[in-house]
Amino acid sequence: MSQEKIIAVKNLSKKFGNFIAVNDISFDVYKGEIFGFLGANGAGKTTAMKMLIGISKPSSGEALVADFDVNFQAEMVKKNIGYMSQKFSMYDDLTIKENITFFGGIYGLSRNQIKEKTTQLISDLGLENEVNKLVGDLPLGWKQKLSFSVALLHEPKIVFLDEPTGGVDPITRRQFWEMIYAEAHKGTTIFVTTHYMDEAEYCDRVSIMVEGKIEALDSPKNLKQQYNVTSMNEVFLKLARNIE
Amino acid sequence: MKRFLGFIKKEFYHIFRDKRSMFILFGMPIAQIMLFGFAITNEINNVNIAILDKSKDSETQKIINKISASQYFHIEQTINSESQIQSIFEKGKVKAVIIFENNFSKNLQTAKQGKVQIITDATDPNIANTITNYTNAILLNYIQEVNKTNIPTYSIDTQTQLYYNPELKGVFTFVPGVMTVILMLVSAMMTSISITREKELGTMEVLLVSPLNPLQVILGKVFPYVFLSIINATVIVILGVFVFGMPIQGSLFLLAAESILFIITALSLGILISNIAQTQQTAMMMSLMGLMLPVIILSGFIFPISSMPLPLQIISNIIPAKWFIIIIKAIMLKGATIDIIWKETLILIGMTLFFILLSIKKYKIRLE
Repeated sequence: MSQEKIIAVKNLSKKFGNFIAVNDISFDVYKGEIFGFLGANGAGKTTAMKMLIGISKPSSGEALVADFDVNFQAEMVKKNIGYMSQKFSMYDDLTIKENITFFGGIYGLSRNQIKEKTTQLISDLGLENEVNKLVGDLPLGWKQKLSFSVALLHEPKIVFLDEPTGGVDPITRRQFWEMIYAEAHKGTTIFVTTHYMDEAEYCDRVSIMVEGKIEALDSPKNLKQQYNVTSMNEVFLKLARNIE
Repeated sequence: MKRFLGFIKKEFYHIFRDKRSMFILFGMPIAQIMLFGFAITNEINNVNIAILDKSKDSETQKIINKISASQYFHIEQTINSESQIQSIFEKGKVKAVIIFENNFSKNLQTAKQGKVQIITDATDPNIANTITNYTNAILLNYIQEVNKTNIPTYSIDTQTQLYYNPELKGVFTFVPGVMTVILMLVSAMMTSISITREKELGTMEVLLVSPLNPLQVILGKVFPYVFLSIINATVIVILGVFVFGMPIQGSLFLLAAESILFIITALSLGILISNIAQTQQTAMMMSLMGLMLPVIILSGFIFPISSMPLPLQIISNIIPAKWFIIIIKAIMLKGATIDIIWKETLILIGMTLFFILLSIKKYKIRLE
């Protein structure tokens, strides 16, 4: 892993009226790392991520994503990132091929690029016989893998995954994390939010958000040492209790 | 541009693969126009009536022949006394009874006045009214014929002329009406549903994270419906002209331009709704309650605005459909040109701009 910063967040805040969803957070993410963005529901991780992917304007502070400022260059940020939402957002009434063509198209891939990518993606996932099936007819696990691959179509520098493994079985989760590893190995930075603490163990570094602030940020190993516990789950519980 | 085309292609996949959308888009216009054209009508045809002729002379016979020769009435039976009237109405066999007084012909000649009584079954007031009017018209016509041959007497002769719709055909009001309803339905309801669907499924988020800008996303969602609405309007006009004999006095070009303006008005309303509603269901309810009902009830399509209570008349002014119906009726029936309907056109343009601005404002708030 290099020490080249690909995300640099400085004093980022987001207020909704009197409510402070994200309270003055600062952190860096390095190129090629798997960065876990943890927190309980409502801790502010989705809001923070929305600012990083350029669909929500920060109330104050700044963030550079792939060297572009989210405050002023949101469009450039969008071109350089991939995004997979927690709903595996593909179109159920379109076939696998049509979905790939559509998403390739809106990211500005040429017809030939799309053709190439489709063939490669289909063979990687072993979906040769399903190409012309509607996505809605696929099992959840496949949808999820497909959704991840589609988020990577335009070869983004960073891919943001918003709770990507919600609702899938442990085996599929395991396979999914293997895909994540393979991608990170190619040099893509992975920014993943989750509330499964066992998944936190797979990340290179994790940050834990509690009530709008980042309360801890380090590798899982160091965090466990620091809090003198054996699992990330316990780290998380200790942090949450301290606040209460 | 290529991105945009890909987006539109995707949108058409959605529409063509959804049976419900297909039905609303293509089944509804045809079903509605057929319903309004054939079933829901104020015109009468072959209404069953009874005759009670107490005079039984040559004059009454001439009148009865005239009545029975008209396409509006069918003489179901002749009765002999007033006591039968109640019972035949109760049986529901006839809608009206026409009674000629004793010595009708004699009175006509000596007193210059013959009496005819028309009794109608007013459980259906509209039909009762129409029957009375039609019978009066037949009698009047008869009197005019008689007066031609006899020595002229003093009388006031009213000559009624009905401009623009001389036969008082219902089709002349329902073609513009159905067109308005369909354009509103397709443009506003369908777009608001299709946009909220993306929100509900989470794909809207993915689209907003993509390099497509929000304006492109909205235009991409809306464009297919502009196209389909234009097709729908064309189908309705063609059906109206060729099946129901609707005239188009004015310029087709102006008609098309005004229709496109109204489509844009409806689309901007659809976008506004989709900005407020979070789910497809809410969007559908808002479109049905907030748009469809006012369009049907307050636009002057079915109920004349001038006979509404004042508060409703005032409210009807904020309904875009009202202005559009005035415009297309003027073009179709009166052959109006733009210098006659510019005021209504400006009102529609103003409303459209207002809805678009409001949508943009709401949209920004949502993205915050």
